[in-house]
Parts: sequence; C-alpha cells; structure tokens
Amino acid sequence: MKFSRKTLGIPYIIFLLIFVVAPLIVLFYYAFTNGQGQFTLKNLTGFFTDPNTVGTLVYSLAIALVTTVVCLLIAYPVAYILATSGLKQKGVIIMIFVLPMWINFSLRITALKEILTVIEGNLAFYPFLNSVIGMTYDFLPFMILPIYNTIVKLDGSLTEAARDLGANERSAFFKITLPLSVPGIVSGISMVFLPAMTNYVVLDMLYNSTYIMGSLIGSYFSAYNWHGGSMIALVLLAIICVFTLMTNGLEKEDARTGGALL
Amino acid sequence: MANSENIIELKHISRTFDDGFAAVSDFNLEVKRGEFVTFLGPSGCGKTTTLRMIAGFDMPTEGDILLNGKDISKLPPNERPINTVFQRYALFPHMNIFDNIAFGLRQKKTPKDEIRKKVKKVLELVDLEGFEKRSVSTLSGGQQQRVAIARALVNEPEILLLDEPLGALDLKMRKEMQLELKAMHDELGITFIYVTHDQEEALTMSDKIVVMSEGKIQQIGTPEDIYNEPQNAFVADFIGESNIFNGIMTGKMQARFAGGHFTCVDDVAEGTQITAVVRPEDIEIVAPSEGQIRGKVISVIFKGIHYEITVASGRYEVVIQSTKSAKVGDLVGMKVEPDGIHIMIAEDHTNVFEVDMNKNHRLEFNGKRLHNTSLTQIIPGSRRNENGELVDGHGEVIDPEKIHVTAAIEPQDIRMTDDIDDENVLVEGTISNLIYKGDHYSYVLNTDLGQDFIVDDEYLWNMDDRVGLILPVEKMRFSVKK
Repeated sequence: MKFSRKTLGIPYIIFLLIFVVAPLIVLFYYAFTNGQGQFTLKNLTGFFTDPNTVGTLVYSLAIALVTTVVCLLIAYPVAYILATSGLKQKGVIIMIFVLPMWINFSLRITALKEILTVIEGNLAFYPFLNSVIGMTYDFLPFMILPIYNTIVKLDGSLTEAARDLGANERSAFFKITLPLSVPGIVSGISMVFLPAMTNYVVLDMLYNSTYIMGSLIGSYFSAYNWHGGSMIALVLLAIICVFTLMTNGLEKEDARTGGALL
Repeated sequence: MANSENIIELKHISRTFDDGFAAVSDFNLEVKRGEFVTFLGPSGCGKTTTLRMIAGFDMPTEGDILLNGKDISKLPPNERPINTVFQRYALFPHMNIFDNIAFGLRQKKTPKDEIRKKVKKVLELVDLEGFEKRSVSTLSGGQQQRVAIARALVNEPEILLLDEPLGALDLKMRKEMQLELKAMHDELGITFIYVTHDQEEALTMSDKIVVMSEGKIQQIGTPEDIYNEPQNAFVADFIGESNIFNGIMTGKMQARFAGGHFTCVDDVAEGTQITAVVRPEDIEIVAPSEGQIRGKVISVIFKGIHYEITVASGRYEVVIQSTKSAKVGDLVGMKVEPDGIHIMIAEDHTNVFEVDMNKNHRLEFNGKRLHNTSLTQIIPGSRRNENGELVDGHGEVIDPEKIHVTAAIEPQDIRMTDDIDDENVLVEGTISNLIYKGDHYSYVLNTDLGQDFIVDDEYLWNMDDRVGLILPVEKMRFSVKK
C-alpha cells in the first residue's frame, strides 16, 4: 500500500466532517427551517425585530467591548514592563498571572464572588461592573501572553535606533514599539473579545441575570426552540467571521505598512 | 583644557556590569576631527560596549566622554550629535525607505520640503535613487546596509558610529562596501568610529586603529604601526600571522630565541626576558648552513600568492610565507634580517592570588585545603601552640581575618585538566584567549572566582573550553601582608 503524506490527513478529515462540517450543516438547516421542516427566513427577521434578542446582542457587545478594553489597558503595560525590563524573576511574574488558569474556573469565580460580596455588600447592585470584573479576571492572561510574546521578540536595537535618531523615550515608544506590537494586541483582542460575548457562566455565577448571547442560545435550546437558537448561533458565527476577517486584514496591513492601529 | 583639534575624548572610561564583569577598563582615547578610527579586537573585548557608551546607550561607571570639550557622558542618545549604523541595520520594518531615512529629520521638526530634498540627496550618495517607496523587506542585505548608512548620515552627525556594519554581508559585497565607506568618509569629512573584529577591514580603512582585548587598549596607532611594530604578543598575534617566541637578550642587539642566535634592531638590556615576533613573510628559506636556525619542512600549503611552509626546528614550529616552494621532509635553513625581528620585553606572567586562612589556621584556596603548607614558615616568627593554633612571636593567637597571604605561581607550573572532578583541581575556568608561542601555547583562563590565570601548556586546547586548574602547592611562593 502506498503511504503518502495525504494519508496522514485522513483522521483529521474524518474529525472535521463529524465535528465541524456536520454540525454546521445541521445548524444551517435548523436556522432556515420552521417546525414543519419548511424553508423560512422568519428566524432571521425574528432575531432582528425582537427587541429582546437585539437588546441581548447589544448588551453582549457592550460587555465584550468593555472587558476587552479593560484587559488591554491592564495587559499592555504589564506585558511591556515584563518584556523590556531586565528583571531576573520575569518567569515568576508571568507565572503569577498565568497561575490562576490552573485553578478550576468555577472555583476561581466563586472566590471572586466572595471577595466582591465583601466589598460591595450585595452583588445585585452592580451586575454590569461585576460581569466585567469577572471576565477581565478570567481572560487577562490571554491578553498578556500574546502581547508579551510580540514585544519580547522585538529587536531592541530598533528602539535604540529611534533614540539614536533623536527620539525621546516617549516618541520612540509611540513610533516604534507600539506600532510593532499591534499583531500581539490584535491576537489578544480576538482571544478576549469573542469568548467574552458568550461566556454566560461568569454572569450566572455573579448573579447577573441579564442575558448575553451564550445564555440566550441556551435558553432557546432548553425551551426546545432549535430553530430560533440555531439562528442566534448563526448570527454570532457571522459576527465572529466578520471580526476575524477584519483583524486578519489589520495584521496584514500592519505587516505591510505597520499602520498605527489603536 | 580640551584640545580643539579633538572632536571626542574618552578619559579613563570604565564600564563594569552589575555582575562585576569589567567590559571596559580605563579606556583613554582622543579622536581628531575627521579621523577614521577603528576599534579592533576579538568578540567580547569591549569594543562594542565602548561604542555604545559614545552613542549613549550605555553609561560608563567611571570616566568622562568629552565632545568638543564638553562632558556628554550623562546625556541621553537623542541629545548627542552622534548617529549609529547598527550591526543588523535596525531599519524600522513598518516604514518605507523614505520614512526610515526621514525619521531623524522629523524628530528635529525639519520642514517637509527640506526633508524631501535631503532624503533624495542622501539616497543618491548611497546609490539608491528612487527607492523611497520601497519597503524594507524587499531590499537585499547590501541595500539595507546602505539605507542604514543613509538614515544616519542624513542627520549630518558630527560623529558616525559603525558597529560591525559589514559583518552580515558576503565577502565580495564587504570588500566593495569597505571602499565605498572609505570614499564616503573622505568626501563628507565626518569623523567615523568603526568597530570590527576583522583585522583586514581595520587595516584597509582606518587612519587610526585601537586594538582591544579583555576591556583594555592593547595598542593605538596607524595601520602601519600596528602591523609593523606590535607592542605586545597579543597585538602581534591578532594582526596578521606571526611567529611568537619567548627568549632572552644575550648582548647588545643580540637575542636568543627559537633555538638560535639573532641580531635585532631593538636595544634591550642584556639578560632581559623577551618576546620575539617574526612575521612569516620576513623569514627567508636558505641552505641549512646559512640560516640562524634550521629544521625540517613538515607542511607546504599553496595559498595563491605564496606558499605557507611550516618547519619544525627542534621543539619549535616556524611558519614561513614564501613565493618559493619547498618539499616536505627537506632540511632547510631559516634566515631573518635584523629588521624582521620585533623584540618586546616579556610581560611578567606570574599568577598572583590571595589564599585564605581558615579558622583552624590552615591555608585554603577557593574553599579547598592546600595540603603540605606550613604557615609557620610563611609567617615569620610564628609557631603552633599546644592547641594547634597559630601564635605570633609574643604567643598571641593570630586572627585569620587580619592577615592576608598571597601565593604566586608561574604559568608553566599550572596544569590544566578536563576532568573537573579531579580532587587536585583547585579552581575551574574557561579559556578566553590563547597564543601560540612556537613550542607551547599561552592561555588566559577566566576562573569562576573572577580572577584570570595565565597558563602555559604544550597541548592545544580550544577557546571556551572548560578546564580544571591544578596548582601544585610545592610550586607556589607565599608571601604575607598584614
């Protein structure tokens, strides 16, 4: 029997068919049919005309956006300081940020809940704030690591060259380091923004009863509304696709001209 | 008072890193306006650190850097009228060629028209007209190099620093760029300070060469001076090929080395220990009876313009460059004219190091007992009392903290071993330098204690080899400081 490199791909193709392609087909089928199995666009129009679902979409986007911005604001300085300072215990400090990821997720959030309860008294007063705090806590390492990796790989002589050519520390940072760390920022954003739109467990555990996209889908499915739920999942998928295309475009743009996105 | 001819003066510059490593120590240099000065030395000799201190990326731990008579050693790099061409170019990958070159001018808020004119002019200078819109990644190594030079020159610096700028180019390109850089220097009249480990590059381009080793200046001089009159064995060995021998002066302008008697031109007192340097091209092959020394040819290599002939003479090996060939196995005589011999007074290579006295009044080095040493003989008037403690002439117990014992040992008495666990090994170290001296190698060892040892050994070890040093106690000479 001839054994080629392609043969090695067969298990993956099978996996792909069963776990990616088939569910997608099912998803599309349910999203564009009604209970009788007939083609319909009602699910789609329904999603965008129902103030409830649109409201959830907006709320999810808001939570994800704020979480991403907060993560970025914390992560960039941390990553920058870690990558550029001559600290000997760098590994330890990175570990401090990564270590919580080794603890069970629900345990971590439960601990956070107790801390927030002590500070705020009643968690129900600040549902949005608490959700953002929870998500930031959960996703921060995913923002720090890609940015750190990008900055640490930057050639130190580039900033030295900028300083040599008359730039002070500030402008060397804004003209050289920041634009060149955009790829790290973009991959950090995509690792935080998308999960933050759907991770309703954090909200649940912190007593935020407002729905986000993830919880909305869950509620449709538990009410046996496969068609409506599938459509929401599909809309979410579309948003993710658009977002990914956009960031890919940015990364390429960055490689070409280094456009100072931020 | 600063000499107005000098554009930059480095006065007693030292740079010691946090881990105690002295990258540069007591570096003194004056550079005249418009000179082409090259720092030459093997990697790790401190040449790049010195350059970085001039650029402002590194601060000297001691000493002043005077630019036109004013101390600039505390100024940040952006406030110095000095620009650098980096080793790996350091072009900004997210900017096109125009923006790269315009970077410095924009920092100075130069008007746009002027920027455009200047960039165009400097691109012409480096032969890259029309490259403004190209991105960095589409350029070849040589072109990137030119952009890096243009980016520095467009700012019209008073001094241009070049950190091994041609290191990444292939040989042909390197030769071309050497000549172009030299032409650029002549045309612009800017002072160039150039760093390289390539002796040929240094000899080709420089007005003045600073040879460095282990953070110290070994010699400053014109290329001719450095080549013809090396001041010590390191310079002789590093610049060009050399035969280096230990020897002794036997009379007025008479020296004995490599098993022969030679007449030389250096007047050094009789009886002085010397190091003699003879360039391979200064040795003539003659009939066995006519030479000062004779020997048997052991190898002949054709090198294009000459043959490299190695002759074994007694226990010495002599390398000769000659346009005439010889046959392996021939018995030949070797003749050297007096002006082909460079005599240097041998440096005293005795290793001196401090040894410790432990609480039990026994000698230790690097935490290891030195056996068979007698402190009562080392410290005059001392003796052991009934408790085995060391007491002085008045019977008072000597405080180990208050007495310093130093030991001295000659390079040829130290042995090296790669069996680091050998119980006789007193200290471990790494070989940081080696020079062939005709019948043995002279090594410099950086030990873990931070002290360097000089060791003579007839066998060849490699640079960076990790070895254990065996210091025989019976060869040590001890002395006491209170």
